Amino acid sequence: MEFRSPEFKTRAVHALHDANLQKALSNTKAGFVVKRAQAAAEMPEFEALRDTAAEIKNHVLANLDHYLEKYEAAVTAAGGHVHYATDAEDARRIILGICKKANAKRITKGKSMVSEEMSLNEALIGEGYEVVETDLGEYIIQLADEPPSHIIAPAIHKTKDQVADLFAAAHNKPRKTDRAALVAEAREVLREKYFTAEVGITGGNFLVAETGSSVIVTNEGNGDLTQTLAKVHIVTSGIERVIPTLDDLSVFLRILARSATGQETESYTTFSTGPRRPGDIDGPEEYHVVLLDNGRSKMLGSRFQDMLRCIRCGACMNHCPVYGSIGGHAYGWVYPGPMGSVLTPLIKGMDGTYDLPNACTLNGRCQSVCPVRIPLPDLLREIRHQQFRKDMTPKRQKQALKLWRYVAERPKLYHFAERIGVRILASMANGKGKLRSLPFDPGWTGARDLPAPTGRTFLELWQAKRGDK
Amino acid sequence: MSSRDTIFKAIRQGLGRGPLDDAARAKLDARIAEPPQHIRATVDDADLVARFAQRFESRSGTTERIASLADVPAAVAALAESYAIAPSAVVGTALGELAWPEGWQIDHGAATIDVMLGVSLAWRGIAETGSILMLSGPERPITHNFVPETHVVVLPVEHLVRHYEDCWVALREAGQGAPRAMNFISGPSRTGDVEQTIELGAHGPRRMHVLILG
Amino acid sequence: MSDTPTKPRPRVGLFATCVMNAFRPSIGFASAKLLEDAGCHVSVPAAQTCCGQPGLNSGDEDSALALAKQVIEAFEEFDYVVGPSGSCMATIRHDYPNLFADMADWRKRAEALAAKSYELLSFLTDVMGVTEVDAEYHGTITYHDSCSGLRSMGVKGQPRQLLGTVKGLTIKEMEDTDVCCGFGGTFCVKYPEISEKMADDKLANAAATGADTLLGGDLGCLLHLAGRLRRKGSPVKVYHTAEVLAGLADGPSLGEAPKEA
Ligand code: SF4
Repeated sequence: MEFRSPEFKTRAVHALHDANLQKALSNTKAGFVVKRAQAAAEMPEFEALRDTAAEIKNHVLANLDHYLEKYEAAVTAAGGHVHYATDAEDARRIILGICKKANAKRITKGKSMVSEEMSLNEALIGEGYEVVETDLGEYIIQLADEPPSHIIAPAIHKTKDQVADLFAAAHNKPRKTDRAALVAEAREVLREKYFTAEVGITGGNFLVAETGSSVIVTNEGNGDLTQTLAKVHIVTSGIERVIPTLDDLSVFLRILARSATGQETESYTTFSTGPRRPGDIDGPEEYHVVLLDNGRSKMLGSRFQDMLRCIRCGACMNHCPVYGSIGGHAYGWVYPGPMGSVLTPLIKGMDGTYDLPNACTLNGRCQSVCPVRIPLPDLLREIRHQQFRKDMTPKRQKQALKLWRYVAERPKLYHFAERIGVRILASMANGKGKLRSLPFDPGWTGARDLPAPTGRTFLELWQAKRGDK
Repeated sequence: MSSRDTIFKAIRQGLGRGPLDDAARAKLDARIAEPPQHIRATVDDADLVARFAQRFESRSGTTERIASLADVPAAVAALAESYAIAPSAVVGTALGELAWPEGWQIDHGAATIDVMLGVSLAWRGIAETGSILMLSGPERPITHNFVPETHVVVLPVEHLVRHYEDCWVALREAGQGAPRAMNFISGPSRTGDVEQTIELGAHGPRRMHVLILG
Repeated sequence: MSDTPTKPRPRVGLFATCVMNAFRPSIGFASAKLLEDAGCHVSVPAAQTCCGQPGLNSGDEDSALALAKQVIEAFEEFDYVVGPSGSCMATIRHDYPNLFADMADWRKRAEALAAKSYELLSFLTDVMGVTEVDAEYHGTITYHDSCSGLRSMGVKGQPRQLLGTVKGLTIKEMEDTDVCCGFGGTFCVKYPEISEKMADDKLANAAATGADTLLGGDLGCLLHLAGRLRRKGSPVKVYHTAEVLAGLADGPSLGEAPKEA
């Protein structure tokens, strides 16, 4: 997937002026925020489950090598194959190899953010394969030739009318505007694809070490059709997604849907363990799992290890007011919102990702809903520290910080400077109580006035009135 | 070095240790063999069937109580008639002994693209969420659960349990390991991908009906 | 001042946040009055400047550390350090100890200060047991939950409880009162367009309540929101909660012209 994070600022401003996008984003609140709050409130055990989930993830991360070995052994025993990929290129090579061996022409895909990380579609299409995204949201944006803008609702930025236009153009059928009719049309078109694809690629929300199962959680059932009807099933997942046992997994099943969509459970939770067994009359003949590292192992033991607990539920972005203002595309890569602002610099590197951790008010709403209690604001701040140390902080800001520190470390000078400053500002306000513009304005007065100081500092007045009590 | 080796090395480097010693591995293996039991959702309902039905119906599924396995064909036929579905269905051999009314075409094979109705036997039902658990196998083709537009599931009450975890106990007791596919199904296929408004029948069944048996 | 004879008066160091010190002295006086009414002895150390948050949030850990030391030195002699800002006090309470992770003696001092640092209103109610104030305000207010206060310092019910005892005041809750207003320190100047959109969302929710006054507990947010309101020509008044509770909201609200004498 194209990397456009360096353009964050311009794309964010563009998004703010995109009326369709703004309309679509306003649906997020009723759709996700309210429902999640209800789901959490209806379950007395919810907070304790979040603690347990975080503990289980921490336990896995501390023993990741062992659980991966266990998982791999179980998959192999079930007749499947586990492939390890150090980075996106490695993963593409592995998957292209499997598709070639399978003599594939058509490939169906369930939603997989890891495959986006691999830029898999581009690679497959480049080799001449027909690639069909089957998750309705992914299908819509594939028709629009756009990347996903949300990790669980990839087409959240599209309005119904835009979908109608895309379908009318792609399907050669009369334009429909009724939602049910649109869904039915996609169903009909995609059905044909499931039955004729040689390879089906899905993600893997969880990998169970005990059984060697990959688990996907969906509402549409597209992942099931994708993986059941193709001859070869390829699972793409991250090395951190392994869970020890089915009992551990149950904890995550209880928090994932509630956090993601506010549902008690999604319609389908599907476990896949190896290929078709002797006597089975359906199911894939081959089963492969491609486990992607792509920077994950480097997070282990670092100050960012907590990020590896992420279960990709999307709650952090649903509750992020910055995401809610600009949508997912502005972030410029696979993962938007708070979790993406941590992950993108860690995976893609610090270059070109400066804005992501900075375009955040550190308001903490993301952390307050994260089911695995990732301290997202702290991690974002930690990336800012690394940027500062790498000398990536803009020069002007660095100089300002330097000056501010120099003065703030000298209380007498500081208070003297503040006294001068407030007098200047107060006189500039000229009795109006506010300033419409400022010399050397760092960006304050573009959209707001500056309420003017009254002309004396608090300390100055306090000392005059009370002495140093 | 293979990618696998590179990754394992990096993991251990990150964790600041070499491969785990035998004692540590044994401890982790014991954790898998005897999985710790975590907090669950409280399910204190006296009537599990009622809870199951209420939850399943809350997601647009429908349920019906039947007294015996022999009642299945009539219930399916009535449903088919009310939705104007032709008298033809895919049925796993797990339900192979049923006597279908005259005129019904029953196929035990995998579901093909034009199949409109599937009838399956649930392996377990979960009261907590109102979900059913399907296991794959020669007698229970997995395509029956996803391809037909209407899916009817027979759930014997003795197989209705409280929690997910009860399924794992049963699965371990069965001693076969995990089947190729296990599906928790909690209602008809749905999507919210067009303006976050729920539509049923995105790809999988548009209608799901559970016949609670017993 | 209501001295409790049985208990010694707790000595409180008032943390005069840098923005308050420059822009809104009345919040400082309001804080002092509320604390003294509650039976505290209030001091304002002259050696204080800033909590260090600008450095901390901009990645400049070193300067944050230097200022943290300065704050610790200025305030550790008091029984409590209290400030009219959830955000500065959260820095002292939650970030200072982490800053000194590798400096055992400073970490100890930071932890000791953290343990006795409070946001003003939660201190008044949770520590001093204040349940009502003697103040009057004639108007309908809506209260914005500033993020650090709400999520890091647990400030939610306390201001509402005390505001409920102000004579003449009606509280109308806005929708999404817990959603960030778009201030975010340097965020508001680095990403002004996004910040503006967030402010407008917040102000639209506030306007929908019909309230004539917007209150909050963090002056940064209030300057940003008042600035936006003034720019849009709105008559809605903006005060810090402490000003209303102390009966000091009779002067011009934030960004409002002083009345002609
Ligand atoms: S960071 Fe937390 S809230 Fe965000 S997607 Fe990951 S698990 Fe969900």
